[in-house]
Amino acid sequence: MISTVALLLCGPAAFLATAILGAAVSRRTFATRLVYGAAFVISAVLTAIVAGHLAGNSGEASATLPLGLPWTGARFRLDGLSAFFLLVVNLGGAVTSLYALGYGRHESAPHRVLPFYPAFLAGMNLVALANDAFSFLLSWEFMSLASWALVMAHHRDEANRRAGYIYLVMASFGTLALLLAFGLLAGPAGTYAFDAMRTAHPGPLAAGAVLVLMLLGAGSKAGLVPLHAWLPLAHPAAPSHVSALMSGIMTKVAIYGFIRVVFDLLGEPAWWSGIAVLLIGGVTAVLGILHALMEKDLKRLLAYSTIENIGVIFASLGLALAFKANAMPSAAALAFTAALFHVLNHSFFKSLLFFGAGAVLTSTGERDMEKLGGLIHRLPVTSFVFLIGCVSISALPPFNGFASEWLVFQAILRSPELPQWGLKVIVPAVGGMLALSAALAAACFVKAFGIAFLGRARSAAVERAHEVDRWSLAAMAVLAAFCLLAGILPGFAIDALSPVSLSLIGDRMPVQMAEPWLSIVPIAESRSSYNGLLVFAFIAISASLTAFFIHRFASHALRRSIAWGCGFTDAVPAAQYTAVSFAQPIRRVFGGFAFRARETVDMPAPGSLEPARLKVDMHDVAWEIFYQPITGAIDFATERLNHLQFLTIRRYLTLVFLYLVILLLVLALWP
Amino acid sequence: MNGLTFDIAHLLAGSLVLISFMMLYQDRLFALINIFALHAVVLALSVAWQAYIQDAHHLYITAAIALVFKAIVIPVGLHRIIQRLGIHRDIETAVGIGPTMLAGIGLVTLSMVLMLRVTPEADPLAREDLAFALSIILLGLLVMVTRRNAVSQVVGFMSLENGLVLAATGAKGMPLVVEISVAFSILIAFIVIGVFLFRIRERFDSVDVGALDDYRGERR
Repeated sequence: MISTVALLLCGPAAFLATAILGAAVSRRTFATRLVYGAAFVISAVLTAIVAGHLAGNSGEASATLPLGLPWTGARFRLDGLSAFFLLVVNLGGAVTSLYALGYGRHESAPHRVLPFYPAFLAGMNLVALANDAFSFLLSWEFMSLASWALVMAHHRDEANRRAGYIYLVMASFGTLALLLAFGLLAGPAGTYAFDAMRTAHPGPLAAGAVLVLMLLGAGSKAGLVPLHAWLPLAHPAAPSHVSALMSGIMTKVAIYGFIRVVFDLLGEPAWWSGIAVLLIGGVTAVLGILHALMEKDLKRLLAYSTIENIGVIFASLGLALAFKANAMPSAAALAFTAALFHVLNHSFFKSLLFFGAGAVLTSTGERDMEKLGGLIHRLPVTSFVFLIGCVSISALPPFNGFASEWLVFQAILRSPELPQWGLKVIVPAVGGMLALSAALAAACFVKAFGIAFLGRARSAAVERAHEVDRWSLAAMAVLAAFCLLAGILPGFAIDALSPVSLSLIGDRMPVQMAEPWLSIVPIAESRSSYNGLLVFAFIAISASLTAFFIHRFASHALRRSIAWGCGFTDAVPAAQYTAVSFAQPIRRVFGGFAFRARETVDMPAPGSLEPARLKVDMHDVAWEIFYQPITGAIDFATERLNHLQFLTIRRYLTLVFLYLVILLLVLALWP
Repeated sequence: MNGLTFDIAHLLAGSLVLISFMMLYQDRLFALINIFALHAVVLALSVAWQAYIQDAHHLYITAAIALVFKAIVIPVGLHRIIQRLGIHRDIETAVGIGPTMLAGIGLVTLSMVLMLRVTPEADPLAREDLAFALSIILLGLLVMVTRRNAVSQVVGFMSLENGLVLAATGAKGMPLVVEISVAFSILIAFIVIGVFLFRIRERFDSVDVGALDDYRGERR
């Protein structure tokens, strides 16, 4: 009997074999189908294995391969947490490969994408399986580099090269932070196996340092503010199916890393650790969605919205930490399950939305929303599934986004039971931030859908658009179905997550499938309950009835617009609402502090026929506060050190000599 | 060990340091090379004395190598190079003699303080030898730093190597391999740098390393 871990390790091996095969045949015409077909089959098989493991509640399994450092080996382990994240990775991988079967045919440079796509999937699988620091970091770097290669697929574009460079710098910085965190966890004995780290509890100072380093390391990969700068540049730069993988799946692998270290290896958390994670999560959520609102590039908007969702997940994890530190396991289990459920949901709808953006890009060649419009007439199916994605991510019932965000707020409502005043004050404040970001997210996706798909076409390319191929549509339809299913049957997901929460928190949410009529009751019936199926049925019936009545009694009367034109006049398409004008009220409210936005009006001189111009000046505050001083300091230091390159031979000798003398002096004077 | 043998070893090592000081204030190349030959002769004597008192016959070979190569072959070779280059009348020091001598005194003090501090339990002869050897090495480096001419930098480098040999022979039971390798490394360095000198000469008509810097358009 071959163990599950060995079986799962065959997956990355098969992915790597596919990558090598893809590199070999990448310029042939059949290569796209071959690579994505193979990736689809492997991901689907892995999904089935992991789902079986989760459903069967089969406990843990581990394996050690004689690879890597001689005294460490490469340890791998499958437990509830890694099984759940493997499910997210491979389900996303399978659907993305399905989408790419169609989408990949439009790729202009397939030889730059095909070899790295399976390698990227292999890297993410290995991160979730790794059971010692060495293999974890190796897989993590492998994942980063493969995704970097995919970001650089269209490297002739200057903006993509810049995105790739910033991504590479941030990824190295993140790995450095992880390396230091694992170094602290390993302690002076240098035990790099996770099993040994789990039993060795570091002191409070070291534990705090590990938490900060994990926030830096995993947070930079996940996109926490202010480490998010690379994300809205790099995610949209890749081909759309890779954007979906990076935004929907890779950020989740980063969250896996954070949970694995902070909840599993670090032992009992300090109460203040919750505050740090909560605050960062809340700020990330609000700033992410504000940036998304200001954006008019569809893919960048989606990337910024990923930052918002990461903020929600981290806030929920911070809440779980706070509850866990105060020995409130049932509340901690609620917050933790909500975070994991949101991880799953976000992987569904963010992939769906990126697929939709890819479909729009394929059929129109445009990412700029100001040039789209009216796509619902040209791309009816894509528009419908994109709408489902928008509704889900805006957390509207009966879809999945509502279910998980509702659970997050249920957890926040338990904060008055916390003993520390700091937490009592901060948790509702963060709850307010999350509520604000949820409302802004709804506005943001009204804008995304309304500007891109409704109204009238703003460019000629849109008028020629036609529906995309069946593979892509099938992949989007599958994800839309997942969004609906997870929304109306959240109890399944919550119960499936209970072993994960049991092993890391020590408690679980109440069994949901036992509730009548598929309701979910996170705490007690007297406090709150939600029935997605009921809401769905109500919405479906009332919407059908309304539509029936309107069509039956209202729309038979033929109406024509008349010359007075008080209703809809035949204005130019440019006179419609634009993405920027839609976001203007919100920019007026929040722009002052979030972007240091300033509006100036250029009035022409009296008598001049030039138009008046309204100019908006916006700044990326995080970039200016955190990144510019650092790059400035590095530039300054390198400028100074550059002189050392051009000294005379005698000066070099003098430098060496002086250094030696100083060393000897220190040795002589050391007490 | 009786007092006389110790005193003689001490005397020879001390005179090596003294000769290193003499190198510091030579401003003519011929004089510098002559002093270096003297340095090598005293090194050979010192090594031979060590061979005698340690009853280690292989050290005589080292002494012979030092005498033949460093005291005769290399100085004669350098004399010829200088004559062929026509630079025997050059006066060259980058730093004034006074400050250089003061720096040398400081370096010797530093190496004494350091060595006597870190080796309290070692054999007294080895201790003294190591302290002197470190002084010679630092003075050799100082010669390299304060000179502008490539030939005198070579001489400084070789006097530094003499310090290494002194340190190697001062400790009991050092195998012969070390000395031979050290000797050969010096020989090779001499050949390489000799070739290098002619290259510089061909290209720039001078062996002043400042010419290289001028060529690169840098300030000195």
